[in-house]
Amino acid sequence: MMTDRKYTEILTNPGKVQLEDIPVLDYDDFISFLDLLMREEGTHCVAYFAIPMEHKYRFICCMAADENHALVLFSHEQARQPVPILSSITRKHFQFHGFEREIHENFGVVFEGHPWVKPIRYPFNRSDQSAIIQNHPFYSIEGEELHEVGVGPVHAGIIEPGHFRFICHGERVLHLEIQLGYQHRGIEQLFVEKPGILQQSVMAENIAGDTAVGHTLAYSGLIESLADVQVSRRLSGERIIALELERIGTHIGDTAALCTDIAYQFGQVVNEALRTSIINTTQLWCGNRFGKGLIRPGGSNYPLTHDIMETMLKNITEVEDRYLQITHQIFSLPSVLSRFEVTGKLTSMQATLVGAVGMAARSSGIYRDIRWSHPFSAYTSQAYEPVMLHKGDVWSRSMLRKLEVVKSIEVIRKLLEKFAIDDLQLTNADTVNRKSEIVHPVYDLNLAPSSLAISLVEGWRGEICHIAVTNEAGKIIHYKAKDPSFHNWMALALAVRNQEISDFPLCNKSFNLSYCGNDL
Amino acid sequence: MLKGIKIFRAHGVQYLKDLRNARVSPLFMGRPHILQGSDSTRDELLVRLCPASAITSAPLQIDLGKCIFCRECEFANPGRIQFTNDYRMAANRKEDLMIREGGDKLIRLFEPAVRPEIRKIFKHALKLRQVSAGGDNSCEMELNAAGNVNFDLGRYGVEFVASPRHADGVVITGPLTSNMEEALQITWDAVPSPKILILVGADAISGGIFEGSKAISRQFLNDHPVDLLIPGNPAHPLTFINGIMDLLAIQNK
Repeated sequence: MMTDRKYTEILTNPGKVQLEDIPVLDYDDFISFLDLLMREEGTHCVAYFAIPMEHKYRFICCMAADENHALVLFSHEQARQPVPILSSITRKHFQFHGFEREIHENFGVVFEGHPWVKPIRYPFNRSDQSAIIQNHPFYSIEGEELHEVGVGPVHAGIIEPGHFRFICHGERVLHLEIQLGYQHRGIEQLFVEKPGILQQSVMAENIAGDTAVGHTLAYSGLIESLADVQVSRRLSGERIIALELERIGTHIGDTAALCTDIAYQFGQVVNEALRTSIINTTQLWCGNRFGKGLIRPGGSNYPLTHDIMETMLKNITEVEDRYLQITHQIFSLPSVLSRFEVTGKLTSMQATLVGAVGMAARSSGIYRDIRWSHPFSAYTSQAYEPVMLHKGDVWSRSMLRKLEVVKSIEVIRKLLEKFAIDDLQLTNADTVNRKSEIVHPVYDLNLAPSSLAISLVEGWRGEICHIAVTNEAGKIIHYKAKDPSFHNWMALALAVRNQEISDFPLCNKSFNLSYCGNDL
Repeated sequence: MLKGIKIFRAHGVQYLKDLRNARVSPLFMGRPHILQGSDSTRDELLVRLCPASAITSAPLQIDLGKCIFCRECEFANPGRIQFTNDYRMAANRKEDLMIREGGDKLIRLFEPAVRPEIRKIFKHALKLRQVSAGGDNSCEMELNAAGNVNFDLGRYGVEFVASPRHADGVVITGPLTSNMEEALQITWDAVPSPKILILVGADAISGGIFEGSKAISRQFLNDHPVDLLIPGNPAHPLTFINGIMDLLAIQNK
């Protein structure tokens, strides 16, 4: 449907629109409107994908206009046959590279002028079935003084698989190509095939198990938006506590891992113990150290009782004291600093160009955080200021984690205090049990028909984006689950250029991206 | 230096002394217990409810190889199913992971099925190679945690190594994706014999919620016998370590 209006806006997160309200532009208009949007500082693409329909593809683009705290949606359509050949957006706006590569991989659409149409994940339903991951054509350079180092897919430590192909000149890395797809399980397709909300919730937890809370929060918000369900302020607050606990636990675990990679064993073991304390707090709350089972649409099986809150406050206070002590030590040691500083530098320009999100972006001076730009859940009623650093090296990404741990502990503390005050209004028995307050999850919901809903969450790595499209019967016919790693793998590849290959594990750890989150 | 000592003192003694009898939080989901009951209608509801298709009825059974420990069955019918705190759930036969009605039967290894060379050769030093074949990183993180300062799997001479050439066996996590099929086979072939095969987590044991997905390919498991099955979502370090201790017949040191 062509109208004069070029876009539709969503001003809440999560939010939904009727599919027919997203304007369909012709491709030249689509590109020029996109160029206009990209001139706004802080505007970045959160989704660009194609929905296969009977005789055509509907390409939906969703831009995050951070400064206006808005989401802007617009689209174009192309006939399925013959296979569409479009002028690539990536040539001008590099951050679209992954989205165009994904559309090409899934449907064969040709993007003319795309600098590198590299496979994203070799999905089982890829357009070119003759391309297999074992035969991936790695970029190669001829040269007698050069050598290639191939690492993976199975790695030295207990870590997910991926292949890293280095082209080196002596010890120096000239180029790193990362190829993923080994973890592909068919998740987006399964969201469509398994229509039960409980099944989908469990699926969301398993997109990336280390981000179970982040992804289930995105999914739950999405379903609640489609079903017009509101959860209580209390539950919204509890969800943020769960999200920040996940962030704290993984950041502390990363601090331990960074110490391991530079052989600072003291830093490693102290932080390991602190991470245990945090994830055992999550376990105390819901029986699972990763928060699986904790976040569900419409309600929760695990209310935050007075006893759990008390223990939680005690634990995070103790962890904060000891974490500050050990990180002060870590960041004062010359032997640590000589490994962390200047290593794995991702410049602000590189981060902007590739569309980096989350910690990697904020460590390179990019002001980007969904908690600030598109507040969700309890963040809608408390302003959040992103933690920022500028040097973009391993030191920055490590220090950022420390600063975010402190900030997250503060967020949790404030919420716990607020809950304690609220609970004073209840009688004693109610406070301890909260039995009268339990609103269990709802698995039997009717979703709005012919709609598109979007839900963004700032997971510990960065921006998580879930999108669902429903048909006239309110059934989900298309699902997009985007993990922040989708954007950031290219940032890692750039960060190790001209670095020593022996610093690669450290650089990799400083990003700590998700393989399964990319592969789905 | 003095600051370091202060941190060291606060750190204290972190390792769990008795891994056979460690305390976990009350809500931790270990082995479930099916209480006696006879309402077939309510049982059918549980069968339909389970997102992992782990529950079958007449008689009511839970397959811990499929169970993802979401507890929805217990919430739906707490008088019928209750998850206990028992983290010792490792088995070496799939049938021993079936939880049956009544009786609080503990899950233990079937001793006659343990290959004698395992205890003879690996009892004091077992080196394992980890292959994540589509795991979501939660089992992988818990396997890493099994070697950390709190659980200290290394005290029994068990550790994960960086090359299949150095290993005595392979530990698989994840549902076994098609894209990892070749790499898994190459890794397995590179481990010298005798070697053991361990599956960790619901995804590895049964495919988990990915069972039936066109992106996974579990043929490898049809061709290679499995020595140890560790249920969980993810498998808790205590479940894994106790399973290893059972396999190697290690008493608590």
